[in-house]
Amino acid sequence: MRMVPTPSQTVGPFFAFGLTQGKACSPCIAGPDAKGERLRLLCCVLDGDGVPIPDAMIEIWQADADGKYHHPDDPKSASANPACLGFGRMGTAEDGTCRFETIKPGRVPGPDGMLQAPHLNLALFARGLLKQLYTRVYFANDPANQEDPILVLVPKERRSTLIAQLENGGRWRFEINLQGERETVFFDV
Amino acid sequence: MTHLANRRSSFVPYQRHESGTQPESLYEPYRSTLRRAPSKPLIFLPHTLSEVTGPVYGHGNIAETDNDLTAQHQGEPLGERIIVTGKVLDSNGRPVPQTLIEVWQANSAGRYAHLKDQHPAPLDRNFTGAGRTLTDEHGAYRFITIKPGAYPWLNHDNAWRPAHIHFSVFGRAFISRLVTQMYFPGDPLLAFDPVYQSVPDEKARQRMISKFDLETTQPHWALGFKFDIVLRGPDATLFESI
Repeated sequence: MRMVPTPSQTVGPFFAFGLTQGKACSPCIAGPDAKGERLRLLCCVLDGDGVPIPDAMIEIWQADADGKYHHPDDPKSASANPACLGFGRMGTAEDGTCRFETIKPGRVPGPDGMLQAPHLNLALFARGLLKQLYTRVYFANDPANQEDPILVLVPKERRSTLIAQLENGGRWRFEINLQGERETVFFDV
Repeated sequence: MTHLANRRSSFVPYQRHESGTQPESLYEPYRSTLRRAPSKPLIFLPHTLSEVTGPVYGHGNIAETDNDLTAQHQGEPLGERIIVTGKVLDSNGRPVPQTLIEVWQANSAGRYAHLKDQHPAPLDRNFTGAGRTLTDEHGAYRFITIKPGAYPWLNHDNAWRPAHIHFSVFGRAFISRLVTQMYFPGDPLLAFDPVYQSVPDEKARQRMISKFDLETTQPHWALGFKFDIVLRGPDATLFESI
């Protein structure tokens, strides 16, 4: 039996009191005791006119520093780091930005037994998005990016839209452009 | 190959949506999609562990009145008290247990507890309109709330959103994640609503309409509505073969 899934609908403009306030929301993807290289990430969401989107929500899902997901379908989850639950959610501020704290994930298995480069899985929700958009955050200058089995599926000239850059002060920045020349790559999952 | 994984992962990829059963990102009648829908084609992503895993929640995340939106303040909210209940299933018909559901909605006058909502309808100090719960081992959930009002918006001339409750559901995987809206049966505004109409497939669209249910209805107390939610599941043909 195959049932047709329930269709997606936009979160609309007024989700904050339901999704991004109080305990529903956390910038902390990995707790202070999580093993691994700590990092701070700033995300910025811009619409087709380059205008910051103040009513977006970002969710991030990631593996721990050893590339293990805190989830029963990961065969290695029994030894996943309990201080890294791997999920964070934030609403964007008036300037279109939101911030996360986490650790750099390790490499997780990909297609054909290849390891993937360290990445965060990102879902974007907003008024005007009838369904969430999926993208990935890779890290600039990581040599593993060269052999990542997903990045090679992306036309070369667009790959840089998936790569966070390290700013002065040690914070990573990831810009999400919904349209335009620098339109971020979104995935058909 | 220098970076072979230690072991092949044993997960099953998820079903892909059939054409027309989900909205496209760009739907011109819904004006906000024009500058927000991606203009370039999406890149096909084969499913890996990154896609088929997702956050796991426990009862520690839920407080006692979280699923009763009428019991979160000193007094009772105004409006028509309702019970909304149903099951979360995957597309193979299997229940999805222990998954987080979050809801949010306008009050009975059609006003959200949100600073930017400018609709000149009264706020209700006994109603915030947000709730959360976990499905039980059979995938079932239950909320008590009041029926939200319809409200106007600026999308087009004389535009009104049909009464709806927003639902956010996780499921087992990051890609089974669903945010949707539950509508009420027989609402005349559905025919004019571009958000509801953005789903091309009629049958899929009707999944978003709850059903009045006399069995759920409690005498002298509250009307009952059934709303089952179907999430993408693992590809059943592959599932059976392992």
